Amino acid sequence: MRLGLPAGDALPPMVDWPADLREAVGDAAWMVHGGREFDGRPLSPLDPEEIRQVARQIGQRGIRAVALSSVFAPVHAGDEEQAAAIIRQVLSDADITLSSEIGRMGLLERENAGVLNAALRPLAARTIRAFRRALEGRGVGARLYLTQNDGTLMKAEFAERYPVLTFASGPTNSMRGAAYLSGLRDGIVVDIGGTSTDVGALVQGFPREASAAVEVGGVRTNFRMPDIWSVALGGGTVLRADPPAVGPASVGRRITREALVFGGKTLTATDIAVAAGCARVGDQERVRHLPPDLVEAFVDRMHRMVEEAVDRMKTSAGPVPVILVGGGSILIHRPLRGVSRVVRPPHHEVANAVGAAIAQISGTVDRVYNLEEMSRSEALEHARREAVERAVAAGARRETVEVVDVEDVPLAYLPSNALRVRVKAVGELDLGAAR
Amino acid sequence: MEWLVTEADVDAIALGAGVLGTGGGGNPYLGRLHLLQHLRLGAAVRIIPADAVDDDALGCAVGGMGAPTVGIEKLPTKHQMVGAVRALEAHAGRPFSFLACGEIGGANSLQPLIAAAQTGLPVVDGDPMGRAFPELQMDTFMIGGVSPAPLSLRDAHGNTVVVTELVDAFWAERIGRAITIAMGGSAALGLPLLTGAQVKQHIIRGTYTLARRLGRAVLEADRRGLHPVESLLRESGGLLLFVGKVVDVDRRTTGGFARGSLRLEAVSHDLAGAPAAGARQPAGESPVSRAHEGSTGGRQCEIEFQNEFLIARVDGRVVATTPDLICIVDAETARPVGTEMLRYGLRLAVIGIGAPPQLKTPRALAVVGPRAFGYDLDFQPLAAAWPGTQPEVAG
Repeated sequence: MRLGLPAGDALPPMVDWPADLREAVGDAAWMVHGGREFDGRPLSPLDPEEIRQVARQIGQRGIRAVALSSVFAPVHAGDEEQAAAIIRQVLSDADITLSSEIGRMGLLERENAGVLNAALRPLAARTIRAFRRALEGRGVGARLYLTQNDGTLMKAEFAERYPVLTFASGPTNSMRGAAYLSGLRDGIVVDIGGTSTDVGALVQGFPREASAAVEVGGVRTNFRMPDIWSVALGGGTVLRADPPAVGPASVGRRITREALVFGGKTLTATDIAVAAGCARVGDQERVRHLPPDLVEAFVDRMHRMVEEAVDRMKTSAGPVPVILVGGGSILIHRPLRGVSRVVRPPHHEVANAVGAAIAQISGTVDRVYNLEEMSRSEALEHARREAVERAVAAGARRETVEVVDVEDVPLAYLPSNALRVRVKAVGELDLGAAR
Repeated sequence: MEWLVTEADVDAIALGAGVLGTGGGGNPYLGRLHLLQHLRLGAAVRIIPADAVDDDALGCAVGGMGAPTVGIEKLPTKHQMVGAVRALEAHAGRPFSFLACGEIGGANSLQPLIAAAQTGLPVVDGDPMGRAFPELQMDTFMIGGVSPAPLSLRDAHGNTVVVTELVDAFWAERIGRAITIAMGGSAALGLPLLTGAQVKQHIIRGTYTLARRLGRAVLEADRRGLHPVESLLRESGGLLLFVGKVVDVDRRTTGGFARGSLRLEAVSHDLAGAPAAGARQPAGESPVSRAHEGSTGGRQCEIEFQNEFLIARVDGRVVATTPDLICIVDAETARPVGTEMLRYGLRLAVIGIGAPPQLKTPRALAVVGPRAFGYDLDFQPLAAAWPGTQPEVAG
């Protein structure tokens, strides 16, 4: 349900979804009055009776998962909250996602993220139940947390409410683990696995976020996602000698059967690392026949692929430190251009698990304040408090929560004093509350 | 030649209009969705040549005005464009028989097509810029002396304003902006009111066909496994000024304009840093790298922008100046890159396309030449002809 009529009626919710996905989520969308102008003035008055009518239709169709969006909700989220309360009067068991809790400026993308989240909640609940059963089955009496895509953890209950926050959390775990193991807070993390290399930037110990719209299954969204560049290079990447080509195919987990050094018949990136004398896995004799100039050409090529990927993630031309992690990192053993130093921390092959185990909890706020209602410092303070509260709600111990990042940008092209504020707070996992 | 806009044409026009946007003009994404909605419901959008319009026929150009931040929250409203058109028509007191485009570069290319889908009026194949420019006075209608009054503005609620008298296009810009802010930061704009004779005298002909041609060239290259940048160069008759990597972006937002400069450095093109999901051309076989060797061969490229790309230098030498089109596209996909998307590390191709002759007259250069944007430079025409009137290259 979108609040914002009469504006935007030409493009109803989910208008840019692939048809099959739209059908899969029920293709049920309504537009009602409400929403705000850029300066926080009402766009049109919210009509409780109109919302109740739609709520009754939602109930009649047997729908429980509801996504609410509202024009300029990042400036003023009150309309979504008020509408949610009205819907609950009619449908007491409605499961409601607010767009303002998930996305940023850009109604269609924020709304899409909200709909995805609402639609995924039942799956998230099922998945988490299954995790719990698996733990119980093995007699593990610990509390369950899930990793989210800013590299921190959230309570399982929280993950049930915000499943979209788990998207792409794999690479971010590795990045947090790399920061922890190396002691570096800023740099580029190169995580080389069996099939691909994920490259991301660490900023003050946390993965940098993507700034542009991100497509998820063909749906444009704008919620928080890590800025990751992936290259088809991993330990199992298949190499072709004539003409020389690297990937993109990979033998993946079959490497221990198919790579030459393990007695297989496929030339892989790992075989080259062994032939070059910089990795000791499998049987070195089985790659002795490879011509040295071919080995050299592939070694050079793989280093240049990583160099280019690192370069894409840099924000300026100066050299930066690179933290090399993952089982496939044996492929890289020479200095890299544009890189001040390469750090290969101990236990780097399990950086991903380490990243999850250091157990930090975050809370973030990204919203627009109207400076005609409050001063800049009041706005910043409000956002800081809210970020701390969100971290605590997600499972952080209050006394350990620190604000790690504050950014405020005035919105361009508009005469009013609209200020966009982003705050991130991080604290330690509250294990005390677990018992 | 007259043609009907198909769904595939919408994608091609949006892409081609993005290239002609020369870094500005806004993203046609939302307009594209809106137009497709109409076409799927069976609306017909007819593009007619300027010479098919009677001298005494009446119509207007139509587009959007406002802040991009507002446009992405207050999405398009059904009756806004058509309301702005009808308001001017009522003021003129005579039925319209055509619509026109105010700016082919970027988002405003699709707005007249949406109004056409709603009114059934044909759209003239052409526009008064052949590209994108930031202000109302920078078009061949205004340069040619067509009055900016009356103009109409309509908001999402249906509030409609007709400004009946305006001293000149600068006032139209100033007053139009003020009304747009009062309307919540975005409005549909009808401007200017045109006779068929004025259209024929001033419009840059064939720019819808050109946008479609450029878009098709890129989309077709995707399908046939050709290099899209190479196809775009061939279809546009443009010059490849530079291929390189962004090493610095310097932005200054002043006076509502996104001003700044961009620095690119040449990179060797034999790297295979392909994303995991996509297959790409193998090392060293990129036609663009070959073409590059034969082009300027420079090491460094610097580009000045103010919403649009305006001046290009290679190794310190000026190689392209406004109003010639400096189009920047992704070096691999040929998708247009706007000034707001620029960041360190992007691999870009800089293409120079010759401006339409109407923008190169002394009178036009006073409004759209380098000095009009504050650069102490004379216009230095590219050795490339405006492709708008050339026959289609790809079959």
